[in-house]
Amino acid sequence: MNFDFSDDLKQLRDQARRFLTERCGPAVPRRVLDGEATWDEGLWRAIVEMGWTGTAIPETYGGVGLGHEGLCVLAEEMGRAVAPVPFASSVYMATEAILVGGSESQKSAWLPKLAAGEAIGCFALAEGPGNPSPKRIKASVARGKLTGVKAPVADGSVATFAIVAANDESGRPGLYIVGLTGAGVTRTAVTTVDPTRDHATLTFDGAAAEKLAGSADGWAVVERVLNRAAVLFAFEQVGGAQACLDMAKNYAMERYAFGRPIASFQAIKHKLADVYVATELARSNAFYGAWALATDAADLPLAAATARVSATDAFHLASKENIQTHGGMGFTWQFDCHLYYRRARTLASVLGSQPFWRDRLVEGLEARNAA
Amino acid sequence: MDFNDTPQEASFRAEVRAFLDKNATRKAGANAAVRARFVDDDVIRRAKDWQAKKAAAGFAGMTWPKKWGGREATPIQQVIYNQEEQGYVVPRGVFEIGLGMCIPTMMAYAKPEQLERYVAPALRGEEVWCQLFSEPAGGSDLAALRTRAEPDGEDWVINGQKIWTSGAHFADYGIVVVRTDPNAKKHEGLSFFFLDMKSPGVEVRRIKQISGSSNFNEVFFTNVRVPDAQRLGKVGDGWKVSITTLMNERLAVGDAPGPDVDDIFQLARTVELDGEPAIRNAAVREKIATWYCQAQGLKYAKFRTITALSRGQTPGPESSITKVVSASKLQDIASFGMDLLGMSGGVMDPDLTPMNGWFQDAMLYSPGMRIAGGTDEVLRNIIAERVLGMPGDVRVDKDVPFNKIPGGKR
Ligand SMILES: Cc1cc2nc3c(=O)[nH]c(=O)nc-3n(C[C@H](O)[C@H](O)[C@H](O)COP(=O)(O)OP(=O)(O)OC[C@H]3O[C@@H](n4cnc5c(N)ncnc54)[C@H](O)[C@@H]3O)c2cc1C
Repeated sequence: MNFDFSDDLKQLRDQARRFLTERCGPAVPRRVLDGEATWDEGLWRAIVEMGWTGTAIPETYGGVGLGHEGLCVLAEEMGRAVAPVPFASSVYMATEAILVGGSESQKSAWLPKLAAGEAIGCFALAEGPGNPSPKRIKASVARGKLTGVKAPVADGSVATFAIVAANDESGRPGLYIVGLTGAGVTRTAVTTVDPTRDHATLTFDGAAAEKLAGSADGWAVVERVLNRAAVLFAFEQVGGAQACLDMAKNYAMERYAFGRPIASFQAIKHKLADVYVATELARSNAFYGAWALATDAADLPLAAATARVSATDAFHLASKENIQTHGGMGFTWQFDCHLYYRRARTLASVLGSQPFWRDRLVEGLEARNAA
Repeated sequence: MDFNDTPQEASFRAEVRAFLDKNATRKAGANAAVRARFVDDDVIRRAKDWQAKKAAAGFAGMTWPKKWGGREATPIQQVIYNQEEQGYVVPRGVFEIGLGMCIPTMMAYAKPEQLERYVAPALRGEEVWCQLFSEPAGGSDLAALRTRAEPDGEDWVINGQKIWTSGAHFADYGIVVVRTDPNAKKHEGLSFFFLDMKSPGVEVRRIKQISGSSNFNEVFFTNVRVPDAQRLGKVGDGWKVSITTLMNERLAVGDAPGPDVDDIFQLARTVELDGEPAIRNAAVREKIATWYCQAQGLKYAKFRTITALSRGQTPGPESSITKVVSASKLQDIASFGMDLLGMSGGVMDPDLTPMNGWFQDAMLYSPGMRIAGGTDEVLRNIIAERVLGMPGDVRVDKDVPFNKIPGGKR
């Protein structure tokens, strides 16, 4: 058994951590939080230059061909750094959608551009409150023109194109590639609890749309994309949870009350022990998800749901208890605790919320039991 | 990443399977309702037979030196054996403490001729050992123990009381930590011995547990003479020796046995709630998903530990998370299994309730799992201090002679 990342990938992780520590300290997401920008374009370009956007794209399509385990390693670091870049939208969602749902010519056309950062993708599924379901799709495509409203769309104002879930003329759902810079597209900013990530409403009024043509059953492709992204997001969430645990512990060691470090109070020790346990369970489930993703295992839907539910819970716990451990300081705008608290919440929503994923997990158990 | 055995591991696994197939019964289905039973005379007899077979085939004390009957197996081989044995019905609850904790402590401190005498019979299951640590005044705070040993010629004379001693009623030998100097500081006045449980003055009284069974005991010592030659470690070094035992305990404790998420999933498929299978109920699904995440998380955390072991790294106190998570999970699953049975949730009669009353049984014994081998609270302290590096608790009993430390009413 070898249930760990290879030495090469660990080296990649160390490099990524060094780079992000240097280039994406808390001041970076803060500039976006304070409304000085919607994202950090310079950071994005540096990330593209290092080839991270092409991590899981095969070399034949201009990628690095490191595979999905490599992407998992990077995702954890992006989560730790709360990086204000459209990495998740473009890499875990749009790139994955084209990898699993695109035709040969669509892959050849789009993947090299995605790897090179010339195209930035986003994933437009939501149409207001609700979890992913083919029944909730109202957007529709007729004769190659898309009409409908998608909101919220993460990185919707930053992306150059969107992968949009819409129905065809006969009401069957599918995924479409839609340019965001041309006619028939209006983008309006959406305010969310996490301003460090751009969110928008995309209104389509006859925008040109090209169906992802690699697969017949459109909703199955949506589900595949969600499963794959769930594993990658789980690593981001684990990275975020670990960052919260580190922050909370360091603060507790230095902050004194009643003549001793607050880290010596059991209420604080046991709280952080619980955060550690939740984070390690989530990390272990994410590891299994990484294996299932990298090998495209039949078990992926169940593994992805497990990784996601576990990681969402862990990041939620870690981010709120990090604030609690900081006391009043944790509640200030000035301290960084809220960056994670906000990010934990938007990551918990982006692919569908906990009730949806818990239900999918049990569906996975039912499917396995029936087999 | 991969889950494959190396060729050596695969051939070892095949060897283990061949042994188990020949000598034990495979558990029927994934959800075989193996209701926990009390350790009675019949179980002890079967456990001794089974232990003898394991020892003869080289599957007992596997990681021990060859000269003591082990095979100097790698930790991975031990893990493989444990994984495989889980698929079979084998008697448990008799030798874990002796072979997992007492004999390893003997190996670290006893004289060679003593090891010649005691190791092999323990390994073959002929002699059972118990651990006489906890006392009425010292459980989590083990070093608060009061049982006294005083020197007398070549012997020590022990007076006092131990409690919660699992298996003392069928044990042949025991390891015991006692106070030899009440004027010294708490941790410095202790010494460690092994003794014959049939020694005059040792009286074992069984304690009835919540579950109705009596697996643990009170053990009274009245002028019990133990030769100085049976001392393990120096006089005053009893705490250090105890730590050796407790380190082995941490390696020995695993998942709390009992109904797990697969079992509650099966139960939820077969019973009805509001006129449809309980598994359709959103609250039921949410609980099952949460427990599944915990169970899988523990499983894959263990795989990460195995990977570290196979690379020659030693697993740290991270393994403390297993019991913290699995004991509470067991207790919650047991109660929720009863909830699924509605008004007859409390029924234990095997004929009147699904899965032989397994959930009801577990509801009654699971509280002990959160206490034995380090309470939930003590394990959280261990995680905070040894894994996260947070400070130890503030202590009022440090640097004070033991006989000046205040005690409570209990
Ligand atoms: C089924 C079973 C089998 C056992 N078998 C054996 C055996 O074979 N040999 C043996 O020697 N012992 C055995 N024990 C005893 C076991 O080790 C002790 O029960 C355990 O260490 C707790 O000690 P205690 O019972 O004195 O509880 P206490 O130590 O009095 O604990 C009471 C409560 O206080 C909490 N507490 C205590 N100290 C702290 C602290 N520092 N911080 C926070 N909370 C604290 C505990 O967590 C617990 O909730 C067994 C116990 C059980 C339940």
